[in-house]
Amino acid sequence: MRYSYFPGCTLHTQAKNFGASALASARELGIELVELPDWQCCGAVYPLASDNHMALVSPYRTLSSAHSRGEDLVTMCSGCYNVLKRTNVRVAKDPDVQGKLSAFVETDYRGDARVLHLLEVLKTDLGFEALKERVTRPLTGLSVAPYYGCLLLRPPEDMQFDDAESPSIFEDFIRALGATPVDYPYRTECCGAYVSISEDERSGEPARAILRSAGRYGAHCIVTSCPLCQYNLDVKGQMPVLYFTQLLALALGCTEVLQDFSLHHVDPRPVLAGFANGV
Amino acid sequence: MQLTADKVRSEFVFRVEEISGEKIHGCYQCGKCSAGCPMAEVMEYLPHRVLRLLQLGQESVALSSRTIWLCAACHTCASRCPRSVDLSRIMEALRTVLLREGKDFVNPTRLPPELLEAMPQQALVGGLRKYS
Repeated sequence: MRYSYFPGCTLHTQAKNFGASALASARELGIELVELPDWQCCGAVYPLASDNHMALVSPYRTLSSAHSRGEDLVTMCSGCYNVLKRTNVRVAKDPDVQGKLSAFVETDYRGDARVLHLLEVLKTDLGFEALKERVTRPLTGLSVAPYYGCLLLRPPEDMQFDDAESPSIFEDFIRALGATPVDYPYRTECCGAYVSISEDERSGEPARAILRSAGRYGAHCIVTSCPLCQYNLDVKGQMPVLYFTQLLALALGCTEVLQDFSLHHVDPRPVLAGFANGV
Repeated sequence: MQLTADKVRSEFVFRVEEISGEKIHGCYQCGKCSAGCPMAEVMEYLPHRVLRLLQLGQESVALSSRTIWLCAACHTCASRCPRSVDLSRIMEALRTVLLREGKDFVNPTRLPPELLEAMPQQALVGGLRKYS
C-alpha cells in the first residue's frame, strides 16, 4: 500500500505530534506514505464564493502532482482533506473551472485523483479487522469521545465520507484499538473553527458545549483529526484532546513518538497511564 | 422598516446571489438553519433572520451585523435545509462584498504575538482568508 502523502501546513509545525504519530503508525502497519515533494498549503478553507477561483489553484496543483505519480493522495488533517476533496469534485464536475485552472497551472488535470483520509485507508484498504489483529496494546477500558466536527462530513454531497448526521468510522476505529467509543450528542457539531482568531470571547462557546457534552457522557478523552478542532477544544483545559493517530500509535506500541506532549495544553499522560503502557 | 420594490429587488441582492450562487427567495423561513447553528446562541441576528433581511433588501443591516463574521462556515445549515439553500455560501458572499471593498474584519498585523504563537497555522491561514 503506497500513497502520496499531503501533510499540510500544520502537521510540520503546531501539529508535529499528529504527523509523527501518523507516520510511525503507518510504517508499523505497512502503509507507505511518501510525502509529495512539491506540496503547497491547500489554503485551509475551501472558497465558498463562486467566482473565487484563485483559492483553488494550490489544491489543484497538489491533486495534479499526486495524479501524475499514479498514486492516491492521502492526508489526515480534516482541513486539508476537505479542501482537496472539494476542489477535486469541483474540477471533475465543472468544465469551466477545470479549464481555467488547467490553463493557469499549465497541466490538464481533470479530477481523476482519489483523495483519501487516513481513516479511510485504515477502514477500506487495510480493514478495521486487520487493524485489530495488529494491536499489541489494546486500550481496554479507555472511554474515548470521537469528535468529527464539520470538515470530514460536510457538505455531504462533496465529502461522501460517512453519514453526515450519524457517522460511525471513528467509533469503529476506536473499537478496533480495544477502547470504548462514547456516544454523545455533540460529536458532529462545529467547534467554532477559525472564528477563534477574531478574539471574540463568544467564539469559544461551541467548544465549551462539546467538552461539557463529552464529559457528561463519561469520556476520559476526545479524539479528533483536525489541528484546529484540537486547539479550540484543548485550549479550554477541560480534558485531554488527542489526535486519532496518537491513540493508534499507543495501541500499536509505537511509543517512541509519544514521549513529548508539550504541544498539548492538557497533558494526556495521567489519563492514558491508567489504560496503556509506555506513556 | 419601509419597503420599496427597488429595495427588495436591489442590485445588492443580485450581487449576493451572483457571488453565492444561491437563491435568496428560495428560503421559506422555517428556521432549521438557526436551530442547528453552533454559533446561534451568540449571534445578534439568527441565521434565518439574516436571510430574511436580504429578502427584504436590508443591505446595511445585514452587512453591519456581527453574525456574518461569527459564522464558521461549518455547513450544518446547508446540509439540513429543506429548500437546499446553502446559507454558508450566502454568509460568505456577504463577507466577500465587504472584503472586496477593503473592509477587513481582522487586521493581520494587529494580532497579538502570543496568539500567533499559540494558534495552529490552519487557523491563521483559514481565518485570515475569511477575515481579511
